[in-house]
Amino acid sequence: MDKKPSVWTSNRFWRRSATWVTGVSAVLLILLTFDTMAQMKMGTEEDIKNKIDRRIPSPVVINYKIDYQLNRRRGHEVPIIGGMDANGKSKYEEKEKFFGRDDWSEEEARALIHKGKLTIQAKNCMDCHTLLGNGAYYAPDLTKAWLDPTWDTLAPAYNGKEYAIKEFLKNPPAMAMHERKMPNLGITDEEAKAVVAYLKFMSAIDTNGFPRNFGKIKGAVDARK
Amino acid sequence: MQGNRLYEGQKLALKYFTVAIVLFGAQLLFGLFAAIQFLYPDFLFGILDFSINRMLHINALVVWLLYAMIGAVYWLLPDEAGVEVVGVKLGEIAFYILTAAVAVVVLVYLFIQVGPGEESTIWFITEGREYIEAPRWADIGIVAVVLVFLYNVYATVMKGRHTGILVVLMADLIALAGLYLAGMFYTDNISVDQFWWWWVVHLWVEATWEVYVAAVGGYILIKTLNANRKVVEMWLWIEVAMMFGSGILGLGHHYFWIGTPEYWWEIGALFSALEPVPLVGLFVHVLYDWGKETGKGNTIKNVPAFAWLTVETFGNFLGAGVWGFMHTLPQINLYTHGTQWPAAHGHLAFYGAYVAIMISAIYIAVQGKAGLKELKMTKAGWWAISLITVGVLLMTVALTISAYVQTMVERGMYGATWEGYFVAQANTWFVQGIGWRLVTGLMVLVGYGFLVYDLLTCDKKQPAEVYEASKEAAAAA
Repeated sequence: MDKKPSVWTSNRFWRRSATWVTGVSAVLLILLTFDTMAQMKMGTEEDIKNKIDRRIPSPVVINYKIDYQLNRRRGHEVPIIGGMDANGKSKYEEKEKFFGRDDWSEEEARALIHKGKLTIQAKNCMDCHTLLGNGAYYAPDLTKAWLDPTWDTLAPAYNGKEYAIKEFLKNPPAMAMHERKMPNLGITDEEAKAVVAYLKFMSAIDTNGFPRNFGKIKGAVDARK
Repeated sequence: MQGNRLYEGQKLALKYFTVAIVLFGAQLLFGLFAAIQFLYPDFLFGILDFSINRMLHINALVVWLLYAMIGAVYWLLPDEAGVEVVGVKLGEIAFYILTAAVAVVVLVYLFIQVGPGEESTIWFITEGREYIEAPRWADIGIVAVVLVFLYNVYATVMKGRHTGILVVLMADLIALAGLYLAGMFYTDNISVDQFWWWWVVHLWVEATWEVYVAAVGGYILIKTLNANRKVVEMWLWIEVAMMFGSGILGLGHHYFWIGTPEYWWEIGALFSALEPVPLVGLFVHVLYDWGKETGKGNTIKNVPAFAWLTVETFGNFLGAGVWGFMHTLPQINLYTHGTQWPAAHGHLAFYGAYVAIMISAIYIAVQGKAGLKELKMTKAGWWAISLITVGVLLMTVALTISAYVQTMVERGMYGATWEGYFVAQANTWFVQGIGWRLVTGLMVLVGYGFLVYDLLTCDKKQPAEVYEASKEAAAAA
């Protein structure tokens, strides 16, 4: 009688293993996806009124001052919306005018970021820049672009950084900051305003501390202060 | 292979391969433009901006690999199943529709480039999402074409032999096609957008495409070495278990920083750290079969195809495995995410994992079309494989040096601001790396010239004994 072949060289065993491993992994991924989707649902104005932190806050955050500070408990930086309390949490109190207003309604703010997101896709921003770190590496990351010290230096000349960014977007070569210029993509005034709103909204997304040490030039000096 | 007689499905495969090789050239050309712009930003500024060159560079890559992948399936399908491809006429119509659609999309990319910030742009010009920029109308066209392809594969296998290779391909292709749907919607929530976008991009290139490669690699081993089918298929199932076991949840390594919950740190770190394991397996298997078969005195039936398969196993392990692992842990990725690191990794990974094996499959088709019993490596073939492989390897090293500088200076010292970004970009070592990338890119382009020449002529430039042996075999049959 032949020796019984080892299970380790049995095609049937490996076929079954492959099927089981794939099935279990896929089921786990689907379960995790449900949880992640729930956690990434865009917040509402109600959440902000009730001071509930959302990973992706309501677009009405454009009415508030946004900052990015180290959270001791989490061990990395988190977005701070409307001022920081003693525990390092967002207070949702300090407002900041955005294009002259700090009372953008939920509906208005949503319409604005809708236009902004469409423009960001229509102009292929992601094929030069990175957004949330994803995209191309020919131009700076835009995740926290709203908070970039560059705009603070330009803000006074334009009566606020939102105006400075808007003017830049409408005709980037005219305000080129570097030999590697951004081209003129035919962005209209309305589109530019919407993109600025999107950048401000995006800077309030909780990215688990990415990018690290944003704005802390050479490790010692906080450029945003 | 039965002399010069090809199945209709295999003739269709040759058409897919032809378009694939043309698009490969386009990929290199636009990549070259983009590489030049990194050094000389005024080059083609306002005519073909970096974003357009870069989009064409990566889209041409994805599309030519898909063409080659479909081509390779149409090539091996009748051979494995032992019957003609069912619905081959339909497949031919689908080929022309797909090619016309690709041509229109490319023309729009080149001459219209960007649109207004409205839904119509997403539908007709570009979706503006890296790798899957194709406008929505083209997405729907692609789905229709893929459905025809899937029907042909399933109907053919049902009619013919159900080999292990075909069973794996059937399961894999349906997942591959289904995943494309995850990228076909619009949302204002950029985190949700990127979450599903990665379902397409990651679950293609780090799961379903890898399994595809394992299956086609198995077929090539049988063709080039006469490898034992039972062993090949056993390895194939082990590969599937390991690739899907690590790759599906390895998706988590894209969910560290996009607004996703923290638990993805642990899941992504663990499973993506396991992703290199099957790639080592693939590589060991090919070397093992090579040693075993040549040890028995058997010759390699298609030297260029086997050489490219070997490049695939090394390149896949190094590029996808080692270079991927280097920056996959969240502690490191926090600083490397969005720098030249993924560029370095991406170049060697796509080349090693996919480009090399598709070229290998094309050489199998060249041999089949000529009806030769054996195919030896020609001089041009050697130049092609050497220039392209060394070029991509050195390019990866150059980009890695730039990536180190960018990570240290922009991320470490300057905290990722715009100023930090440009200070890093101007760093001498960074610029040197980018310079060498251009030089090595030119090397790859020259290698591509040799490759095209060799694919067109290698069947006519074989040593005399190859033709004699083929004649004898034909006479005996």
